[in-house]
Amino acid sequence: MRKVTRKQVLLQGSEACVKGALMAGCHFFAGYPITPASEIMEVMARELPKAGGVFIQMEDEIASMGAVIGASLAGAKSMTATSGPGFSLMQENIGFAIMTEVPCVIVDVMRVGPSQGLPTQPSQGDVMQARWGTHGDHPAIALAPSSVHEFLELTVQAFNLSERYRTPVIVLVDEVVAHMREGVIVPAKGDIEVEERSQPTVPPEWYIPYGDPGTGVPPMPAFGEGYRYHVTGLCHDVQGYPTTRKDEAGSLISRLFWKISKDLHRLQWLDSFYTEDALITVIAYGFVARAALPAVKEAREKGLKVGLVKLKVLWPFMSQTVTKVLEKSQKVLVPELNIGQISREVKRVNQGRCEVVTINKVDGTLITPREILKTLEEIHP
Amino acid sequence: MKETAELVHKYLRSTKKFPHIWCAGCGNGIFMQALIRAIDRVGYSKDEVVLVSGIGCSSRLPVYVDFNTVHTTHGRALTFATGIKLAKPRLKVITIMGDGDAIAIGGNHLIHAARRNVEITSFIINNQIYGMTGGQCSPTTPLGVKTTSCPYGNLEPNFDICRVVEAAGAAFVARSTVYHTRLLDQLIGKALKKKGFAMVEVVSQCVTYGGRGMRLNSPAEMMKWQKDNSIPVEKARELGEAELEGKIVTGVLVDRERPTYREE
Repeated sequence: MRKVTRKQVLLQGSEACVKGALMAGCHFFAGYPITPASEIMEVMARELPKAGGVFIQMEDEIASMGAVIGASLAGAKSMTATSGPGFSLMQENIGFAIMTEVPCVIVDVMRVGPSQGLPTQPSQGDVMQARWGTHGDHPAIALAPSSVHEFLELTVQAFNLSERYRTPVIVLVDEVVAHMREGVIVPAKGDIEVEERSQPTVPPEWYIPYGDPGTGVPPMPAFGEGYRYHVTGLCHDVQGYPTTRKDEAGSLISRLFWKISKDLHRLQWLDSFYTEDALITVIAYGFVARAALPAVKEAREKGLKVGLVKLKVLWPFMSQTVTKVLEKSQKVLVPELNIGQISREVKRVNQGRCEVVTINKVDGTLITPREILKTLEEIHP
Repeated sequence: MKETAELVHKYLRSTKKFPHIWCAGCGNGIFMQALIRAIDRVGYSKDEVVLVSGIGCSSRLPVYVDFNTVHTTHGRALTFATGIKLAKPRLKVITIMGDGDAIAIGGNHLIHAARRNVEITSFIINNQIYGMTGGQCSPTTPLGVKTTSCPYGNLEPNFDICRVVEAAGAAFVARSTVYHTRLLDQLIGKALKKKGFAMVEVVSQCVTYGGRGMRLNSPAEMMKWQKDNSIPVEKARELGEAELEGKIVTGVLVDRERPTYREE
């Protein structure tokens, strides 16, 4: 994906996110000011009009999410960025986008919660909200970048997945990654593959807006192109009309899950370090994974058999891959900036295979490499 | 006026399972007919019209008509409409909301859409009650009227939707009732052609829940009430505040030129 000949530039995480979005073809941004996500909106306000796109500051996050879905229905790749309180307000409309299969990207720069919490301090407290924030049974896709470069890359991938599966995709980023500045080699246009939503190949009168073409993902024409159809958050039949028939409602919800779960093997995005012979494997994501790597390296130097798995996809949870890690390790350490959210998933997948140890912090400070190293030394067999 | 049958075949969805969900005697059907007649008269193609609604009885309207249609979340129709209009300005974006939808849960979006003056034509079907959920009082339920959520009479003064939207900065504000169908036809046409944010309040009746508290026992009585209580805006301008108490002022209330969101 990277071209070594390209020059490194110093970018803030938020700027990298905007670069990624523009690379992916983002054409519409609606948002509302909120710490620590406002920078993404501000950079968008400056850059998007230059790229021919539309930027609008809405009256709240509910409106932002509505406008994003509307713009996507009109054919524009659309996104918003927010933090915990705003993410909470967006949940109903995120559910609408899942149900009506409208692609869009939501960046959640996580701060400590609940409620206003610690607006300027890092957290990973929204992991479960990204999974279950909106009501009802629904699938979810959430990505977690750990560096400025990854923020750029995963923003592009968020758009790709969103267009491919016609579903909202959430980028969960720690406050530190959004505010940190790092040298980034910005990929050239064409270096990163950009996906577009599939278009109907049949004439309008044959088009079935919510039929399953075999992939689970119906083609999606934009409004105004001759394919007039109905979009509703109610359970709908293949034509898009409201239904209460159990066969139609059930198969719709099942398809929403299946269109993503059938491709789980394509969504196992992780980086592994020293895992071959590891007795203890650290499973981490976001900025905490950055702290874990030097800790693991130092532990190796001290002769401890430890490894690291850095998760880039949080939802759908990479059960198969994590199971393999659990089968090979005696112990697993899950450090997180929350009270234990991904560690619950690890324990669920683990089913008693090995011991799961956690490090949890909810005081607005980071987990340091030293703390991780100390725990590794304590639990090493 | 074109033959109704011709318009029915042209604009109602042939693939949709009818009948509709509205009760016999409801005003929503009258509005739907008027809207179809106006769109036909203005001459928009079906492909360029986008109908966006919120949640409620009147918000079920888009499913029956053959345009690009979205039935969104409660109160949020204008936010979706804003996104659609800005992403593809050539589309003619129309929103349909009820009174609870537009000015209770969606009140914030209504004033901001009017303030921005985005080119959206907005219709608020005001039946003064939450019909779909069983007849609870809404921000337009008259003072003292009994509903299922205010069994001892409504304690809250009601909103004047048109004055709210006017104050927020809409380019066009008008009001009709479903009894005054000819006026309704004219106002919808004018609103559709207006550049900027246009809003028409359509006073309607909920025959199932609304009539009870107001002691109006049939759709005919409720429409007669609309007739008897309406005053054309020209006449209303000569009357004092006290004489207009409880009256429905109909006609074009505001028609002004303001730069639209895209022009600025």
